[in-house]
Amino acid sequence: MIGIIDYGMGNLYSVSKALERLEYDYFISENPEELQKAKGYILPGVGSFKDAMEALNNQGLTSFIQSEVKAGKPILGICLGMQLLYEESDENGLTSGLGLLAGRIARFKGVTESGERYKVPHMGWNVLDFQQSSPLLKQVYQGHVYFVHSYYATGTQQEEVIATSSYDVDVPAVVGKDHVFGTQFHPEKSSHLGMGILRNYANFVEKGGNRDE
Amino acid sequence: MITKRIIPCLDVKEGRVVKGIQFVELRDAGDPVELAKFYDEEGADELVFLDISASHEGRKTMVHVVEEVASQLAIPFTVGGGINEVDDMKRMLRAGADKVSLNTAAVLNPSLITEGADFFGSQCIVVAIDAKYDPELGSWRVYTHGGRNATEWEVVEWAKEVVKRGAGEILLTSMDQDGAKNGFNLPLTKAVSEAVSVPVIASGGAGNGQHFVDAFQEGHADAALAASIFHYKETSVKEIKAYAKQQGVSVR
Repeated sequence: MIGIIDYGMGNLYSVSKALERLEYDYFISENPEELQKAKGYILPGVGSFKDAMEALNNQGLTSFIQSEVKAGKPILGICLGMQLLYEESDENGLTSGLGLLAGRIARFKGVTESGERYKVPHMGWNVLDFQQSSPLLKQVYQGHVYFVHSYYATGTQQEEVIATSSYDVDVPAVVGKDHVFGTQFHPEKSSHLGMGILRNYANFVEKGGNRDE
Repeated sequence: MITKRIIPCLDVKEGRVVKGIQFVELRDAGDPVELAKFYDEEGADELVFLDISASHEGRKTMVHVVEEVASQLAIPFTVGGGINEVDDMKRMLRAGADKVSLNTAAVLNPSLITEGADFFGSQCIVVAIDAKYDPELGSWRVYTHGGRNATEWEVVEWAKEVVKRGAGEILLTSMDQDGAKNGFNLPLTKAVSEAVSVPVIASGGAGNGQHFVDAFQEGHADAALAASIFHYKETSVKEIKAYAKQQGVSVR
């Protein structure tokens, strides 16, 4: 059973419907006690980093997530939910994140090194470049996924970046370490490829977060 | 590289798609979910649903349509038409829409753009702009109420204004080209696309594959939208994409 963490800022509906289509059990809750019954979590998110962390802090979810991950339970952050896994972000003022992955969240500059302008947000379908194997990419082909974001992860550890996408800079698109995962794009909106990645995560959770299986 | 998006637009009235009559192979050509699935299979990158219901009941039905589409489709979609306040946005986004599009309401009450962007993030807020060439102005003028009312706004100024206020994307329709099928309005598209930092969707005038290629290469559009040529099967998303790829446009 997957627990979708509801802190008031998620695209809960599309994520939960995607799990339904894949026929995985899930529930949505904002209550740590309730959530603890889950075998693994999805942390969705749309909106600003600062508002999201405030909501997580106020609902006692920050420490809950940190201790659950410490205890070995898998988590998948989606879009803003992925960004929250990092140490900090400068969106609307410097804010600490969950600190489960190394790196910080910064805004796209909107100008290349040679002075050319590019559009922010990074919106639309971009191709994934796989960097290393991961339970999330099992039997998944390298294709396009749907992004919409203005901030991205920087200063990441190479071994924690599973796939990237190129948008002037290399954007960490699938990230993870042990049983902590994130996707900068929306798997639930990324057609067959996205659904494959969600299915892999759900499988990983159902198998108790065992990487060797 | 981010790809250029091809976006079919569906007009929905009282919960039914209007104009989608050429889909003989569909069980129900008026069912928004059936049509959405069809376009998804065809490779559409995104969909726009325009609610043209006149009645309150029709608008309420639209929420169910959005829920149904979201539950069965794994590509992003935008809902426009009848979005006049933050509560309307909330209803559509909660029902599963990825973005909402504001048109007349944005002109009448520009602070709505900022409220929406603050609440849901800029990426959710599309501002639709209907523009028509005005010789006196020497540029394109912004219209509201489905093209009936002229405003004081020149299109580039208005585009910059909506981005400043938090719009994450612009859906730009050329009223001059709309329905003519002789190509998107390239000077208009280019003028707006180069003036703003957010993605611009070109709309109005699509007739064939080359028109899409022109919108991307000359108009600098990030996406292009069409309705009738897809609905009446004059061409398909698949065909347009194959052609665009041949012409060097990066598509999914």
